[in-house]
Amino acid sequence: MTDKPMIQCHGVHKYYGDYHALRGIDLTIRSGEFFSLLGPSGCGKTTLLRTIAGFEDISDGAILIDQKRMDEVPANKRPTNMVFQSYAIFPHLTVAENVAFGLRRDPRGKAEKAAAVDEALAMVGLAGYGARSAHALSGGQRQRVALARALILKPKVLLLDEPLSALDRKMREQMQVELIKLQRQVGITFVLVTHDQEEALVMSDRIAVMFEGEIAQLDGPEALYARPATRRVADFIGVMNFLPAQVISEAGGIVTAEVAGLGRVDLPATQISRANPEDEGPMVGFRPETMTLLGPGATHSQPRETNATIDEVVYYGDMTYYDLRLDGAARLDGKARTVRISMRNVFGRDVQEVGTRTRLAWSPGSLVLFR
Amino acid sequence: MARPRLDSEARAGLSLIAPPFLYALVILAAPLMTILAYSFLTDGYLEVLPEGTLQNYGQVLTDPIVRAVMLRSLIVAAVVTFATVVTAFPIAYYVSFMVRPERKAMWLFLITIPFWTSYLIRVFLWKVILGYNGVVNSSLTGLGIIDEPLTFILYNVNAIVITLAHAYAPFAILPIFVALEKIDRSLLEAGRDLGESRLMTFWRVTLPLAMPGVIAATLIVFIPTIGDYVTPEVIGGGKIPMIANMIQVQMLALDNRPLGSALAVTAMVIVALVSALFLFLNRRFLKVRQ
Repeated sequence: MTDKPMIQCHGVHKYYGDYHALRGIDLTIRSGEFFSLLGPSGCGKTTLLRTIAGFEDISDGAILIDQKRMDEVPANKRPTNMVFQSYAIFPHLTVAENVAFGLRRDPRGKAEKAAAVDEALAMVGLAGYGARSAHALSGGQRQRVALARALILKPKVLLLDEPLSALDRKMREQMQVELIKLQRQVGITFVLVTHDQEEALVMSDRIAVMFEGEIAQLDGPEALYARPATRRVADFIGVMNFLPAQVISEAGGIVTAEVAGLGRVDLPATQISRANPEDEGPMVGFRPETMTLLGPGATHSQPRETNATIDEVVYYGDMTYYDLRLDGAARLDGKARTVRISMRNVFGRDVQEVGTRTRLAWSPGSLVLFR
Repeated sequence: MARPRLDSEARAGLSLIAPPFLYALVILAAPLMTILAYSFLTDGYLEVLPEGTLQNYGQVLTDPIVRAVMLRSLIVAAVVTFATVVTAFPIAYYVSFMVRPERKAMWLFLITIPFWTSYLIRVFLWKVILGYNGVVNSSLTGLGIIDEPLTFILYNVNAIVITLAHAYAPFAILPIFVALEKIDRSLLEAGRDLGESRLMTFWRVTLPLAMPGVIAATLIVFIPTIGDYVTPEVIGGGKIPMIANMIQVQMLALDNRPLGSALAVTAMVIVALVSALFLFLNRRFLKVRQ
């Protein structure tokens, strides 16, 4: 990966009649990057991908690919190739003919093209499938044919429109890893559209989270997960617990807040994000795995400790989820609430039972204040 | 061991198809068998003699007039089919690709308008349009574009082709439309994405995938037109008979049922052969599977 920009969007707007699908997208995707557009359905992520591919015109703004404006460049002349959600495998052609579809104007000879097709098929793990007819393939195999068909053209950018959504869970996880490896191997810029936050976290170098035609946050997976810029992003990505909070004082960039069930904490600016407009007051959020449930008599090195009662236990084999009633969680607004803590079931650690009085060890560094 | 009894699903299916099957047997198969039987009997002026013979077929295969009429029927049917399918394709394409989804039903409805009047009336109307003092000729002479009526659209094969192509247009549009509707639109985007222009994408993706519809349209138009009776009778003024007119003459005017039956059976065999050839070509060379 370099810092050279591959795709630049400057103030991109897209209207469908009265519907404002893209509302001023500013975005730079770097060369060689694995970039994801993540968001719920209808957020405009697929529309943005299709404008990059050239299937949709933009209403305003500019899109540059490899520093060239794409306004007048039709889809078939752009240095991009796409893996479609439905894979779009030509049913009247064999696997090899599908892969070779884009090579018609390639000046190489027949034998060289055939070798290139074999190589592309081998790269996606379909060596020897060339003569099969495309309609006899499984979903995962179609996916691979679609990849080979796009990559054989050595595009500057590979666009992937929810490519894994039609696969079953095992297959999806396998393809995620294969796609990452493939991307490293070919060094092409990948732009992935997905509604699956886990998939985006697993695969991407950077992720743009989109809501209603706007980018809510653009960050690396870890930053996005640990420091969501808004409560909406926090809600969309993974599980986050929210507790009401009251800001006591603000000095030198440090906010001191009283958090229901957790007590008084000092939070630096890096731990402060935006609340949703409809939120009644400030909220403090934390991820389930950032706090540790302590067994009887256990010691820890965390700065803070809180007492709680176990309300529910959900056992997953490798993990156990505990829903806890923190002492004093209802103090600020009088509402009873539980928080969810996840614990890895390592050897020697017993699963605790419902109703047990227990202790929770945590650090203020894992909290995010949404105000 | 007892024979396995039909399960309830099979019985339900059989009882559903039994009435139309019996109907087809009585109305279709029985007359067909009669015709086939007649074709091997001897003509005895006003009656059919129950003596087996192959003489009727001998006459059908050797008579130059029969051969000329049969050839004309084949050529007219081929030209009509070609003209109909070639003009139907753009219409089907337009309705499938350009018309907004909620308007498609209305367009299909409009395409069936010609069927609202009887076939016979439509043929007569074409006669009025194409005739010596018909709409086309009187307009053109009236406008001073031509001095004498055009004769190439008059009582000849051209007029028959124009009339039949119009009559069968909806039959060609509908199967092509259905085939085009079935094409996943992302395939066309994939074609463009892989570097092909709209025209090349049409040639490499749309057309091959529409071929089953084109083949269906070809058969649906070709099979009835080769045996059309009304149009050559009315438009051709009886001077350029096709095979159906000849069969009618033998059967009714000359009362030679064995020869008429032999003509009918021969025509049927030719249609069957041409259809089989088409289906074979479709399967062998187009490789279109849906």
